[in-house]
Amino acid sequence: MKILVCITHVPDTTSKISFTDNNTKFDSTGVQYIIGPYDDYALARAVEIKEQTGGSVTVLNVGEAETEPTIRKALAIGADEAVRINAEPTDAFFVAKQIASHAKEGGYDMILMGRESIDFNGGQVHGMVGELLGLPALSPVMKLDIEGDTAKMAREIEGGKEFIEVKMPFVAGCQEPIAEWKIPNMRGIMSARTKPLNVVDPVDSEKPTVLENYEMPPAKGDVKMIDADNVEELVDLLKNEAKVI
Amino acid sequence: MSVLVFIESAEGEIKKSSLEAVSYGAAVAANEGTSATAIAFGSIDEAKLKEVGKAGATKVLHVNDDRLDKGVIQAYANALTQAVEKEGAKVLVLAKSSLGDPVAARVAVKTNAALASNVAELPDTSSGFKVKRSIYTGKAFAMVELKADVKIIAIKKNAVEVKEDGGDATVETFSPELSDADFGVQITGEERQTGEILLPEADLVVSGGRGLKGPENWGMIEDLARALGAATGCSKPVSDMDWRPHHEHVGQTGVKVSPTLYVAVGISGAIQHLAGVNSSKYIVVINKDPEAPFFKAADYGIVGDAFEVVPKLTEAIKARK
Repeated sequence: MKILVCITHVPDTTSKISFTDNNTKFDSTGVQYIIGPYDDYALARAVEIKEQTGGSVTVLNVGEAETEPTIRKALAIGADEAVRINAEPTDAFFVAKQIASHAKEGGYDMILMGRESIDFNGGQVHGMVGELLGLPALSPVMKLDIEGDTAKMAREIEGGKEFIEVKMPFVAGCQEPIAEWKIPNMRGIMSARTKPLNVVDPVDSEKPTVLENYEMPPAKGDVKMIDADNVEELVDLLKNEAKVI
Repeated sequence: MSVLVFIESAEGEIKKSSLEAVSYGAAVAANEGTSATAIAFGSIDEAKLKEVGKAGATKVLHVNDDRLDKGVIQAYANALTQAVEKEGAKVLVLAKSSLGDPVAARVAVKTNAALASNVAELPDTSSGFKVKRSIYTGKAFAMVELKADVKIIAIKKNAVEVKEDGGDATVETFSPELSDADFGVQITGEERQTGEILLPEADLVVSGGRGLKGPENWGMIEDLARALGAATGCSKPVSDMDWRPHHEHVGQTGVKVSPTLYVAVGISGAIQHLAGVNSSKYIVVINKDPEAPFFKAADYGIVGDAFEVVPKLTEAIKARK
């Protein structure tokens, strides 16, 4: 089984978000970067499938040099080799085009990634990669088992789940509980240092969306505390002040 | 030129989030001096399709093919692309959802469109075509210019109010060409919550956390939800321990909700949970720990034992409704 896992390099969930340069750039001062949490689940399932069936896991990131520690972490978790496409990932179509261009020559049985990145929250790249390659793309996939040349999946839908069968190859945008989240061990960290990380130039692609600037949501007011013995006051506030009931 | 709106339905019922998309599409169309056409798939009564007019569509294209009762992503994307071409649509609007996202992505590639997802407001067309997207899991927004001829907008749930003042829409049958390859993915079954308010679509949500101590105590959460007309949710540890199903897990890696009211009971407010609820208009937190971080994100808070506060609150709401 030959598996491609696409990962994002994103600020840790707990990061305080702020912007600089007149709200046109993300302020990365003091921010810790991680593998996108949904991508982490995709990677964990890929490593499990490799352990069951043999084969290899290639991890791919579209990003500039600062993403390499994140890519090394993916190698430490169990990917065999890595590819970094040397470009800033500013548009979903541009990223999808880079992934599709690499995958076209790779002969992968499946292409896994997270359902969305936790910075831009678009949830578009897996579908675009599927369309560019003429492959089925399913998302958000919460269960993935391989039987022969068929993948059996469960996809989350609003208020439930849908069960799917599809022949390989395919693209999947993953989420929990598809696999047990893996933490790199010392052996993995040591071996990751010597695994190949190939840097390649991006292919030409248009960027149909252009980011103009960022905005912060309005600041939240102070919480109004209500005595536990006076729930009537809460009902009053919800009815007359918030007007939500 | 027209505005096309993709409508999702489940078991013949049109989703509220799709009606929000219709009202959004109608507002965009009015701004452009044109009209909004909706497109619906699968077995739906004509009367229900006509009612889409109330939300602002003047016409509904109905792809009346029972193979599309289930959301086969490639087939939907192919049919939708043909509809965009037939209508000469320059703007396609849909609700961000587990079906909308992958369908929109494929249509964007097929039509060379610019796609913005998680859109929170109507576009600014004063110079170019710009939309405001929610990013960093609700912690910020990005203004994005869509530069292609065709623009696709996936709107965030509850970002738009459903209009109800339109007339009946005309319904036309539309028969796109679909091949066996479009149905290469077999949907073999589904498990769907029925008869209750769906969490991702809900306007009011009551969630419980570890403070509830066990699944046997969930009746209290359900009673409060029923009194409010709310959906029920839970924190990640609760779904991890199988007290509640995964589709009720609210948070960074679960369902992200944006209701007008979110009531959190016995949830401390880990940042991953807050990431799933920070778009809520009002947040009520009930927790016996006065130091629970959730109080910092709340509008209203009660420090108290959930087992005492929640039944009293339920009764007070019932009495006042």
